[in-house]
Amino acid sequence: MAQEALEAAGSYPEIDAFYDSLPDKNGALIPVLHKAQEVYGYLPKDVQLYIARKLEIPASKVFGVATFYSLFNLEKKGDYRVNVCLGTACFVRGSEGVLAEFEKELGVARTETTSDGTFTIGSIRCVGACGLAPVVMVNDKVYGRVTPDDVKHIVDEYLGKGGE
Amino acid sequence: MSATQTRIALRNCGVIDPESINDYIATDGYDALAKCVFELKPEEVVDVIKKSGLRGRGGAGFPTGIKWETAMKTPSDVKYVLCNADEGDPGAFMDRSVLEGDPHCVLEAMAICGYAIGASQGIIYVRAEYPLAVKRLQIAIDQAKDLALLGDNIMGSDFSFNLRLYLGAGAFVCGEETSLMNSVQGGRGEPRIKPPFPAVAGLWGKPTNINNVETYANVAAIIRNGWEWFRSFGTEKSPGTKVFALAGKVNNVGLVEVPMGTPLRTIIEDIGGGIRNNRRFKAVQTGGPSGGCIPAEHLDTPIDYESLTSLGSMMGSGGMIVMDEDDCMVNIAKFYLTFTAEESCGKCSPCRIGNQRLLEILTRITSGEGEDKDLSELDELGNIIKDTALCGLGQSSPNPAISTLRFFKSEYIAHVRDKKCPAGACIKLVGFKVLPEKCTGCTVCARNCPVKCISGKPKQVHSIDQAKCIKCGACMEKCRFKAIVRG
Repeated sequence: MAQEALEAAGSYPEIDAFYDSLPDKNGALIPVLHKAQEVYGYLPKDVQLYIARKLEIPASKVFGVATFYSLFNLEKKGDYRVNVCLGTACFVRGSEGVLAEFEKELGVARTETTSDGTFTIGSIRCVGACGLAPVVMVNDKVYGRVTPDDVKHIVDEYLGKGGE
Repeated sequence: MSATQTRIALRNCGVIDPESINDYIATDGYDALAKCVFELKPEEVVDVIKKSGLRGRGGAGFPTGIKWETAMKTPSDVKYVLCNADEGDPGAFMDRSVLEGDPHCVLEAMAICGYAIGASQGIIYVRAEYPLAVKRLQIAIDQAKDLALLGDNIMGSDFSFNLRLYLGAGAFVCGEETSLMNSVQGGRGEPRIKPPFPAVAGLWGKPTNINNVETYANVAAIIRNGWEWFRSFGTEKSPGTKVFALAGKVNNVGLVEVPMGTPLRTIIEDIGGGIRNNRRFKAVQTGGPSGGCIPAEHLDTPIDYESLTSLGSMMGSGGMIVMDEDDCMVNIAKFYLTFTAEESCGKCSPCRIGNQRLLEILTRITSGEGEDKDLSELDELGNIIKDTALCGLGQSSPNPAISTLRFFKSEYIAHVRDKKCPAGACIKLVGFKVLPEKCTGCTVCARNCPVKCISGKPKQVHSIDQAKCIKCGACMEKCRFKAIVRG
């Protein structure tokens, strides 16, 4: 069965397989949420409910944990997630101006996704690359010493590539 | 980089291949573990760590040996060894460097700790934001298991120690030890009241020793070389070295490991190479969002846990951000409060509500709407939060505001009374002006001004009506001749 059909039927085999493979089921919720997000890109309500039933815990606990941690997304993100570092080192070297330039270039504000679903703008807290400040990450790729003038080049790099 | 540096925690970083256990073994790796398991009793191991005077490198500086001793003496069938690798302070990257450059030194130290306190299970809580560290730690754990340096019956002895990774999910408060343990248990990372301390009742209610990465990175060297050797570095109360992550407006950014007691000036001027672009030093921020800003007159202070605390800052994890005359200290305080207000877990009201109020006051001041009474309120409320918040995050979150108010009061007064930002960083408090010698009269600024406050004929110098200007900065951004500046 295709993945969409399995999901429609309320079946998430990846989550089952991952949970079953854990040697220690104590404290499994966060690893399971990580896995679910890796597979589905975000944590839709149905997935959260499924995890609650699977782990035999209240759905409110799953929701509470999913919303507590900033790495978990409850909404679908764009194909390319532009994250500007707003850690201290990047801040004093002008990352706010870089963020503003991305917002201007893409026409959406921080935490928003472009209407074609290509880009989501966000911010991150320190990736530990302070020597390269200010730092921008697009998905897993790191750009260092970014100036507002570089923003258009970075966006152009991904335009025309299409989705992942 | 410089002769003044001494490498203990970073001894192997950049020297060995972090993905090769043989490289680590070739630099006497796992010798200390063998010495403990075959030659020393658990209490003797604890004794060496106690005598070394090693203190927690994650921030508060609690004596490591006391933690180990308490966990050792608390009877229990199961005990845990935890490693706090949730390096959340913006501007700190020493733990990342150790995890990526020398992962085995952390594993070895945790196994030594397990032997000392009687634990057979260890967990490294590592940030998911550090994918390379996660990968290298996993490689290291697998390699050590293959050689029986971890797992059951280590090196053929009776001692067994299993280690696994646990990934965080992006919450600053999880660097606080009780929050971290709640997170490992699969819950929201909210702290709880201490005591009981983790060494008595920690993970799943069992005695748990939790130390930071850099603390563990010192352990094997201490066991191998003896506590007297370790005490030959640093100061009486703070022996050994400390790694600092030097960043911001200095010429040389990067990690610096120096003996405790080294003056700030040595780090910033000699090792850091001074301030970039010939600007003037204004302050150095230590300790991340929990720390404070230290001004030029205290640059000769020898760094240790006590001296930084007396300056209203703290050691923290060792982030060190250098600021120059273009940085507005009120704006910096606001930046940190924005961070802590966002990262507050919300469990206790002093932190959840108090930090929000501090942020509102700072926002008013940087917007030119501050009043004199805001300054006394900032100080009073800040100290109340320090005294009443539940965990280390809340108790230290007012530090950036309180310390800048203490050392840079004149900047606050300029914002409040004169409605001016001396550093020119608070956009609502600076005006824009046209430099007549650079203006070509191209009219671009006038056409882009949303309130039409720029006047001037084509090819003649333009001028800005300060009364109408809303300080949006559009003119400065659009000017191709750099003829519009703040001022």
